[in-house]
Amino acid sequence: MKDSITFTNQLTFFQKLRSFDYTLLTCIMLIGIIGILSMYSTDGGEILYHTKNHTLRFCIFFTMMIIISFINIRIWHNLSYIFYFVTLLLLVWASFYGITASGSQRWINLYFINLQPSELMKIAIIACFAKYYHRAQIQNVSKITNILVPIIVLILPTFLVISQPDLGTSILIALSGIIVLWLSGVNIKYFFYSFILFIISAPFIISFLKPYQKLRILTFFDPDKDPLGAGYQIIQSKIAVGSGGLTGKGFLKGTQGYLEFLPEKHTDFIFTLYSEEFGFLGSLILLILYAILIFRVIRIGSLSRSFFSKIFCYGFGSAIFLYIAVNMSMVLGLLPIVGSPLPIMSYGGSSMLATMIGFGIVMSSKIYSREQIS
Amino acid sequence: MINDDRSLGFNKLKTVNRRMFIFSAAKAVVFLGIVGRLFSLQISENKKYLTLSDKNRLRETRLPPVRGEFKDYFGKTIAGNLKVYQLHVVPEQVEDFRRLIVRLKDILNFDNEKLSKLVKQKNSQKPWETLVVSENLSWGQFSKINFHLHELPGAKPVISVGRSYPFGEVYTHVLGYVSQASSKDILNNEIIKDRNVPGLRVGKSGLEKNFEKELIGTNGVQRYEVNAFGKRINQIDFKEGNKGKTINLTIDTEIQKLTSELLRDKAGSISIMDIYTGEIIAMNSSPSFDPNLFLYGIDNNLWNQIKKDPLKPLVNKTLSGLYSPGSTIKPIVALSALENDVIRANMRVECRGKVEMYDQKYHCWKKKGHGVMSLKNAIKQSCDIYFYELARLLGVDRLNLTAEKFGLGKQVLGQYFLNEKKGIVPSTKWKKENLGQNWYLGETFITGIGQGYIQTNPLQLCLMTAQLANGGYKIYPKLRVDENQNSYEKIRQIMRENELDAKKKDNALIKATEEFLKPGIKEYEPLYRNPENVKFVLDAMFKSTNEIYGTAYSSRIEDPKYQFAGKTGTSQVKRITEEERELDLDISQIPYRNRDHAWFIAFGPYKNPRYAMSILVEHGGSGSKAAAPLAKKLMKAVIDRHQERINKKTTLI
Repeated sequence: MKDSITFTNQLTFFQKLRSFDYTLLTCIMLIGIIGILSMYSTDGGEILYHTKNHTLRFCIFFTMMIIISFINIRIWHNLSYIFYFVTLLLLVWASFYGITASGSQRWINLYFINLQPSELMKIAIIACFAKYYHRAQIQNVSKITNILVPIIVLILPTFLVISQPDLGTSILIALSGIIVLWLSGVNIKYFFYSFILFIISAPFIISFLKPYQKLRILTFFDPDKDPLGAGYQIIQSKIAVGSGGLTGKGFLKGTQGYLEFLPEKHTDFIFTLYSEEFGFLGSLILLILYAILIFRVIRIGSLSRSFFSKIFCYGFGSAIFLYIAVNMSMVLGLLPIVGSPLPIMSYGGSSMLATMIGFGIVMSSKIYSREQIS
Repeated sequence: MINDDRSLGFNKLKTVNRRMFIFSAAKAVVFLGIVGRLFSLQISENKKYLTLSDKNRLRETRLPPVRGEFKDYFGKTIAGNLKVYQLHVVPEQVEDFRRLIVRLKDILNFDNEKLSKLVKQKNSQKPWETLVVSENLSWGQFSKINFHLHELPGAKPVISVGRSYPFGEVYTHVLGYVSQASSKDILNNEIIKDRNVPGLRVGKSGLEKNFEKELIGTNGVQRYEVNAFGKRINQIDFKEGNKGKTINLTIDTEIQKLTSELLRDKAGSISIMDIYTGEIIAMNSSPSFDPNLFLYGIDNNLWNQIKKDPLKPLVNKTLSGLYSPGSTIKPIVALSALENDVIRANMRVECRGKVEMYDQKYHCWKKKGHGVMSLKNAIKQSCDIYFYELARLLGVDRLNLTAEKFGLGKQVLGQYFLNEKKGIVPSTKWKKENLGQNWYLGETFITGIGQGYIQTNPLQLCLMTAQLANGGYKIYPKLRVDENQNSYEKIRQIMRENELDAKKKDNALIKATEEFLKPGIKEYEPLYRNPENVKFVLDAMFKSTNEIYGTAYSSRIEDPKYQFAGKTGTSQVKRITEEERELDLDISQIPYRNRDHAWFIAFGPYKNPRYAMSILVEHGGSGSKAAAPLAKKLMKAVIDRHQERINKKTTLI
């Protein structure tokens, strides 16, 4: 045991380099390139603001991911709670001094970047829970005191984010947390009870929603009721995807996006634009890339020795899956429109930063997979 | 606490891995669901969404069709299309609309009213919709705009197509005019509804309206790609429309212009017809108005002025004006009497200026009386007393049959004009049916001199004259050049054959009007019973113009090339009282409204007649003074143009 610790501590640079998961790295690169090309298309086939920024961010954060992965997983384990608390403080900060845009106060001006702490929280909550359950004994996991702490840890940021208001991100944070709780072995009955509780309290929750949020949920059930108002996004997105056909309209030849019919085409609806131009086959390839990515993340988790790495990888893999599923279902008209970016592809610095931190920790788990964390 | 309890750690590992496995299975299902959704949208329903996407991005603009032209007999354009210089502004492409419009105001000299109208219009439409600042700029204004264009960002000088009537008011009553299509036009005419675009101009009256279907042409189509805000991005497709059909008329612009000149400052009408082909050489009604005024919406004051003009420029007097024919009916009365064997041509009646019949006094126009008159002399000198007697012997019903045969009381050009009136040729039956009263004999007398119930329009009298002048054969008046038109020689031949044929079948050549008017009659059917009777009447008309004491003697032309025959008419517009008769006022002393209408019907050249005409001068006084002199000038011009017309015909064939 001791040997292995000393051994891993003394990993040389080349050993680290060799133990990278290159499949995962390739997938990230490919999806990143697809994202940049899509961004280029939203700019109308020119290298403009969005393309430049997106490429720059991808390069910076990709490098950052590599750096993170070289750092021992123990350090990330030790930093997890601090990461969570700092992010929580940033959320509080944002709710007081944040920048308001399109009716929501969710950004902090850091001069070189407008940071959206709620995006970071998506990762922080996973890291925090991973550390918490790394230490918890299996027989204690379902004790009521051991349940209450994580619930408070989960409810605090969710509440802060929902009051920004940002329904989409808060749901994603809550769901990622719940998934980690489930993966960590919390007794199934708690999930069952809380589900019942949720159903009962749903009408009350809905009454607290902003009118526009309510409208979005209502129009999801009947988008044709108000085709130029709230249902417009769903209808136009479906038209764009549907008109793509098997092979798509061709790169830079999508009309829906180019002619401004697509709302938020850089961010939440980037998949719609991609799908219009590259069709069913293109979308399938993208989905397969994402599937491989998730599979590799989970595989790294399963090969890791420490529970922190394991739970983080499982949790992060599941969260990535969740983001993709929610985003795609949303643009394909299967879920109501709630703001949720597509990992790596969507325009947005904080989302990219959070995702890359996540991949960095995953990659660090891979490199230090034999590491035991006390 | 590095995994001191191995079994517990193992347990935990098992739970975590198991749950991850379950969750992964769920993930696979969700991914498959997304793939399924993509499949249904992109493969199964691809067509539907493709259509929706195209609908989203493509907008079709239909361009106004290019209207067909009107040409006169010699191919001269009488209603055409011309380049119109317009100024368009697309407000969204203008940085400072207010400044631009004020600058334009200086350059084009609008008034403030026009300025505020433009601003109002701009505010009522979408910013990318074209605002037509000026529909019709002069060349001077247009070049001025182009000169200042660098300081007018957003202003677009455009060359567009508009209607033009190069002869202005000369053709108004034939062609009518075009103007912006009204909702009524669109509702009533399917083809206008089909081709309608904003700014479409359609025929409002006359031939422009009648030939709308042929003239209108088809729309060009411009297909544009637009963005989500409806802004045009680029042109995908342009399909040019077909120009409307060109319509060739039988009218000779030179003669038409002359008729306009002859009727200048008068109210009246002139029609001229080829007595064999029925081609109308000229047809004019005065006063007229300039149809070009209606192209861009007429000014209200001007419109009211035209509408309220006592000489009624809006009425096409040739077709819609109904008048008592006066003495111009006498040839038909005489012919009817001869045809029905009521009298012999040598019957004599003494005219003493007036006659008393059935306790009612009837006057001749000549107070002193004509003395003893024969039929020929009575026509020549237009003796009323003779015709009272003639009408009494003939009876109104027999006169009605002959008059209808020769074209009175029926539409002449029925298919061309909506406003053509039928007029009235009275009969006992007509009076019973329409007024519910019995016919009085006194009414027969005045019908014999073309007064009373009888009403004709100028074109009917022209047709009547033409059908007498060609020897008494039915002809078919037309305004549009007919490619299959029989030649003059052919028509003469058919007439001759018809005459022989009729003679063979029934030596007496009797054919009742009823039978005659039945459809399916032979072309160029004889209208007479005995051709000699027609010749007799024509000879009387010749004398009326060319012999001393004839009513139109002063307007005669002695040169046999131009020599013509005619009959004057003076129709009363009100009953003349005994006092007025005593006063015998000069025309200038009578109020305009009460003056007689002056008529003249004529045909020429006498030796071998080819053209017939009718001239009306409303409230012009006597036919011999006001109408006949016009015929002298007109006949000369028409006959001078004859050779050219013949040449044109041969080149046409």
